[in-house]
Amino acid sequence: MSSHPPAITGQGRILLTGGRVLDPASGTDDHLDVAIADGRIVAVGAHARSVLESLDGGSATGEGGTGGAAGDVPGNSTAGNDIEVVDCTGRWVAPGFVDLHTHLREPGGEAAEDIATGSAAGAAGGYTALCAMANTNPVCDTAAIAELVWRRGREVALVDVFPVGSITRGLEGKELTEIGALHACAAKVDFFSDDGIPLADSLVMRRALQYATAFDVVVCNHAEDPDLTAGAQMNEGAMSSVLGLAGWPHEAEEIMLARDLILAGGVGARLHVPHVTTAGAVALIAQAKRDGVRVTAEATPHHLLLTDDLVADYDAVMKVNPPVRTAGDVEAVRAALADGTLDVVGTDHAPHAPEFKDQEWEHAPCGMLGLETAFAVVNTTMVATGLLDPLTAIARFTTGPAAVRDVGGHGRAITEGEDANLVVLDPHATWTVDAAALHSRARNSPYHGRELTGRPLHTLLRGRFTLRDGTVAPAVDL
Amino acid sequence: MSPSAPTPAPATAAQRTDATAGTDTAEPAPMPHLLGIDDLDTAQVVRILDTAEQLLPIATRRRSTVPTLRGKVVCNLFLEDSTRTRLSFDLAAKRLSAEVLNFSAKGSSVSKGESFKDTALTLDAMGVDCVVVRSGSSGAPRQLAGYLDVPILNAGDGWHQHPTQALLDVFTMRRHLGDLAGRHVVIVGDLLHSRVARSEVQALKLLGARVSVVAPPTLLPPQIEGWGVELVANLDDVLPAADVIYLLRVQRERMHRAFFPSSREYSRLWGMDGRRLKMLGDQAIVMHPGPMNRGVEITGEVADSERSVITEQVTNGIAVRMACLYLLLAAAGGGDSEEAR
Repeated sequence: MSSHPPAITGQGRILLTGGRVLDPASGTDDHLDVAIADGRIVAVGAHARSVLESLDGGSATGEGGTGGAAGDVPGNSTAGNDIEVVDCTGRWVAPGFVDLHTHLREPGGEAAEDIATGSAAGAAGGYTALCAMANTNPVCDTAAIAELVWRRGREVALVDVFPVGSITRGLEGKELTEIGALHACAAKVDFFSDDGIPLADSLVMRRALQYATAFDVVVCNHAEDPDLTAGAQMNEGAMSSVLGLAGWPHEAEEIMLARDLILAGGVGARLHVPHVTTAGAVALIAQAKRDGVRVTAEATPHHLLLTDDLVADYDAVMKVNPPVRTAGDVEAVRAALADGTLDVVGTDHAPHAPEFKDQEWEHAPCGMLGLETAFAVVNTTMVATGLLDPLTAIARFTTGPAAVRDVGGHGRAITEGEDANLVVLDPHATWTVDAAALHSRARNSPYHGRELTGRPLHTLLRGRFTLRDGTVAPAVDL
Repeated sequence: MSPSAPTPAPATAAQRTDATAGTDTAEPAPMPHLLGIDDLDTAQVVRILDTAEQLLPIATRRRSTVPTLRGKVVCNLFLEDSTRTRLSFDLAAKRLSAEVLNFSAKGSSVSKGESFKDTALTLDAMGVDCVVVRSGSSGAPRQLAGYLDVPILNAGDGWHQHPTQALLDVFTMRRHLGDLAGRHVVIVGDLLHSRVARSEVQALKLLGARVSVVAPPTLLPPQIEGWGVELVANLDDVLPAADVIYLLRVQRERMHRAFFPSSREYSRLWGMDGRRLKMLGDQAIVMHPGPMNRGVEITGEVADSERSVITEQVTNGIAVRMACLYLLLAAAGGGDSEEAR
């Protein structure tokens, strides 16, 4: 076997003091100190500082850069001189975020994004784990491509990258990908999707679900009946009518979703529903959960905020699949994320190079950036509005996705012995999104110029700062 | 020939050779662009119609020109085939002594490897004074208006808007019926895919007309109830009370996506034929934006009848387009935008 790059681990000692620890895995919501040493959490609580101080100082070599944050750390002088103390007063300390739905575009789409730029965007957004969608070129339908993506993530070392395998070879909807081989490879793929293209053939979908049960892996189908959306450009409704654009009817999403729920229930397979956008789809998922179908489902940030009236200027940055819908749908998706019908926030981060978005609406591709604004959008739409308490909001970014697929040491409890995959958030920071200032190579943020509240300050991947004081660390790039 | 609307102030284009000389009568707001009827108010529509009325003699007289737009460069950017609309704009600009650049390209910019924005910036670099744009893509004129600082005139975009068609239509209706307030206009056919229908309904509503719609349910835009029109199930029911029957072109390629079963069934239920012609009141006229599918939405008997004003629409189109170019280029912004450039 080829040698795989090791997972980079922080080597210093870090004390996060005074923060509000939001730990969905244990249900903890309390002001606690968190002690980190050699990439792991070594203590949580009042004794955290003394645990760090009691460690053999000689063994902590530090990274040489640990003094960088000393200026804004009032308590620094009382700590041992190789312990970096980070004052988290007024901040939230949470597990690093996990995104089940990221388009990193590498291999093949590097004009829009690559694993290094996408990982940087992830770190800036508070993520420590990204699931890279399979619709690359070549498609992630072999172990070789999955290992390439996984290994490249390790080399960049700003997030852990978990590849998604395609359900069918070449996303063609006909022959199954070698699910067993992908599952057994170093990347341990346990999540399969042809995302971007619906798997329309009901027989192939049924077989994929049946076959997936052999490994208990998850099948994620883009729920859209392609016959009903031929030529579709935006949500079908009063706005599409006036704007003269062919509509995606909500029925197209609901019909395919209903089929998938019936098929998954019938064979006992695990189904994950990406980007749920309609009130009807929410109702179908809620019923399937009551019926015991093994289904999980996702809300994207943009479907929690944006509505189809924003298409009126024909700025293709608003073009996305599934489309932004009506205020009533937004309300339904928000309510479903709040009550747990939707388990996770997934960004559907979909970078596109500017020359493709600077086309006439109908010729522009679908997709929006999402990684760096996801927390702010959810915080603004769900937490600040009182629809969701902070702890549950964090769960949708962490334990929710970690329950869908195996993401190793991510989305776990903030407790002694766990990998120090953490994010420190400022829930009150109000900022205006500047698409040009984002870390993605692409610029297609639908929030450009919009004021949002909440921002990640620090992100730690195995005890190493990938984001520190709002600045992303350079890629390691071995 | 009885345009009943009072003729407000604008000096006739013929008298007005200096673009900055006008003292505007202050009433209608200037138009930075003409992208869709939904950007206009009633006063602006009336001003266009009244201006067109004054320009009509120049439009119809052979070889007549006025120097109004001398030195201005109008670019006809036609990204979709449309010979008749392009010719109409071409003639309108030339009657006003503008120079005309024709930029035709089939397909999208992306197929040539450049973006639509690149295409726009190319025009900007050439220093054109106005872009008349026709595109198969809804919204392309609005995007262009965001990229360029010159007036953009929408010559039809996708299914979205075709404002000069609607203006020439209401101009034609006004010449036959006088004030359109309370007049009953029946629009028949494929509203879903029709840029004409969207503009037409909005223009008629601005002028106070009553609008009814008759179409196969498959060819009605979603939530058309919000447009302020009356939905009528049976064409025969509205014929006696109609002042205008406006027939939309039915594209035969719609049939293979199951919008309707056959052209025979379409013409039987929604086509205008000799039997239906006899059901019209004395004042009623029949209109069509062209090109017609004779034998589908309109029979030859109707198209060639006295009630048909279809060729008149074409002639009036030149005057209305002259009026739009004049108002955008010579009268826009009281000259401010001219000085700013």
